[in-house]
Amino acid sequence: MQFKLNVRRYDPEAESPAPYWREYEVDVPANATVLDCLIHIREYVDGTLAVRCSCRSAICGSCMMRVNGQARLACATKATDMQESSEAITVEPGGNMPVIKDLIVDMDVFWNKIRQVKPWLEPVQPVPEREYLVPNETILDLTVAMNCIMCGACVSDCTSLEVDKNFIGPAALAKAYRFVDDPRDEARQERLEELSDYGGVYDCTHCFFCVEVCPKGVAPLERIVEIRERAQSAGVTNNAGTRHAVAFEGIIRDSGILDEPMLLLKSIGMNPVEQLKNVPGGVRLLRAGKLPLASGPFHHKIPGHGNVQRLFEKVEAAQEA
Amino acid sequence: MKYAFFPGCVSRGACPELMQSLTAVAAHIGMELELMETASCTGAGVISERNQKLADALNARNFALAEQTGLPLMNICSTCQGVMSGVNERLKARPEYLAEINEMLAEEGLSYSGTANPRNFMWVLVEDFGLENLRSLVKRPLSELNVAPFYGCYISRPTDVLGYHDFPQRGVYLEMIIEACGATPVDYSGKKKCCGFPIITMNRTNSLTMAGNHVGEAQEQGADFMVTPCPLCHLNLDAQQPDAARVVQTPLNLPILHLSQLIGMALGIDDADLGLNRHVVSTNPVRERLHALPLA
Ligand code: SF4
Ligand code: SF4
Ligand code: SF4
Ligand code: SF4
Ligand code: FES
Repeated sequence: MQFKLNVRRYDPEAESPAPYWREYEVDVPANATVLDCLIHIREYVDGTLAVRCSCRSAICGSCMMRVNGQARLACATKATDMQESSEAITVEPGGNMPVIKDLIVDMDVFWNKIRQVKPWLEPVQPVPEREYLVPNETILDLTVAMNCIMCGACVSDCTSLEVDKNFIGPAALAKAYRFVDDPRDEARQERLEELSDYGGVYDCTHCFFCVEVCPKGVAPLERIVEIRERAQSAGVTNNAGTRHAVAFEGIIRDSGILDEPMLLLKSIGMNPVEQLKNVPGGVRLLRAGKLPLASGPFHHKIPGHGNVQRLFEKVEAAQEA
Repeated sequence: MKYAFFPGCVSRGACPELMQSLTAVAAHIGMELELMETASCTGAGVISERNQKLADALNARNFALAEQTGLPLMNICSTCQGVMSGVNERLKARPEYLAEINEMLAEEGLSYSGTANPRNFMWVLVEDFGLENLRSLVKRPLSELNVAPFYGCYISRPTDVLGYHDFPQRGVYLEMIIEACGATPVDYSGKKKCCGFPIITMNRTNSLTMAGNHVGEAQEQGADFMVTPCPLCHLNLDAQQPDAARVVQTPLNLPILHLSQLIGMALGIDDADLGLNRHVVSTNPVRERLHALPLA
């Protein structure tokens, strides 16, 4: 079967090292993967194409690249599924990491972030004479995060990392979760504090890219939300993220729907400098007639909001019991 | 065409022009809306980070209220869509869990049986009303106008939860609607990225960089304005645009329209009924171009 691939090329040692696109046509079996196509190109069409791969079975994580604009494992992506129209399949290196050559990115960024979360157990003392006993469900829960094959797809497409290199990022945060929730780990509190700090869980913007692209169902965003929940329950609450969540919850409990100005004020807390930064925004909203001033700057409650309040109480009572 | 209409919070708060334009468009195309006045916020993915069950219970209550009307459920916010789809999947997959939640709803006389199919106005418009019908009602084709689509995260991912398997074109509906209105969609890399809204109070610089990057890119690609089905995206892209411009150090001046405003313009609905004057970034340049266009 014929496939057209438009491949992003880059050679730092070339005379003019600017990246460029090159189109290739390949004739390969109909069930070929994108990686098969690229290997075919390298073997029979253009030996200068640099591709990294090893297992070819979605286990080693080395063939992560962007196919049709999204991070994927090239070896787990069928070319037929990517051939959306008569247009060529686009193949580019992963994002958020420097390109070494063609489709190969420098994974140091990735590994440094993994190292940053101290991906090892700090054993709970005293160390038992024989093994630590861990409930089965706990390990099952951790397995989700342990399934990560370190391919970097999530890091490639993370929108927070795109604007801030200090963000710890999805893979490392999912890894951190794996230790936070491991009962054999003693550093839980310390970890939760560090993870709630600048660059940590509250810098994730909920964009779901990591969930969408992860080939192993790790769903880093869900792990991040779990870390937030663990941190807030462990009393790590002196941060803008918690203030935002607490304020949000309080407003819904009270009136059933959200009101943005109130959320803004409550989330920012008592820091006057931060408050002031938001004033121009607030004034602009008022001037544009966007806040329903007739009813005061804040929303009315929804009719029958008492029902919502009672639902809050019931859920919480059931959880305490 | 009648719907149980979940308005969300923002259309009743900081984006009154969304409610206004949607109401006008719905009346124009014969879409009847039964406002779900007693429905609560979906929790916007924030309440779940404190208490997942609570967020699930709030949404189950809203679904039960929709079921009571016997009408299909429509929302007008990408975030509402994402949260509702996610919760619905969880509730339907775990009958014991749903039963537990239903017990808590019983006092209010509610029970959710799992039949709700929450859909955003954008999906309803394409899937129920149809673009052919829309095209036939267009009075003022927006020819010569270049429009940048901005989807919002929660209506784009995760695709398996959002029904993209059964409706693969959900990822291009905005472009399809823009074309049906006679305008030209502008392609740019940020159209499905995050607007930055969720971290505006946590990391203002990152948030505004995101918004500024997308607006800047769309502007550079020649967009006359941007259109979004998400009022939260709208808040970050419109109301914060002057600050975003400072953060990304690029002059930005791109009007951000709600989907219903775009459609309303093509249908020939009066500007005043679309709330086009209630924007932070002035929509005047768009309106001038619009009024220069011939009526079909
Ligand atoms: S959800 Fe958070 S961690 Fe995941 S890709 Fe988006 S910003 Fe990054
Ligand atoms: S979390 Fe998923 S996408 Fe990210 S590195 Fe691990 S396997 Fe790859
Ligand atoms: S998700 Fe947003 S618009 Fe939707 S109900 Fe909640 S705060 Fe309101
Ligand atoms: S782009 Fe922003 S406001 Fe819009 S859905 Fe994403 S997070 Fe929400
Ligand atoms: S080659 Fe190992 S994951 Fe693709």
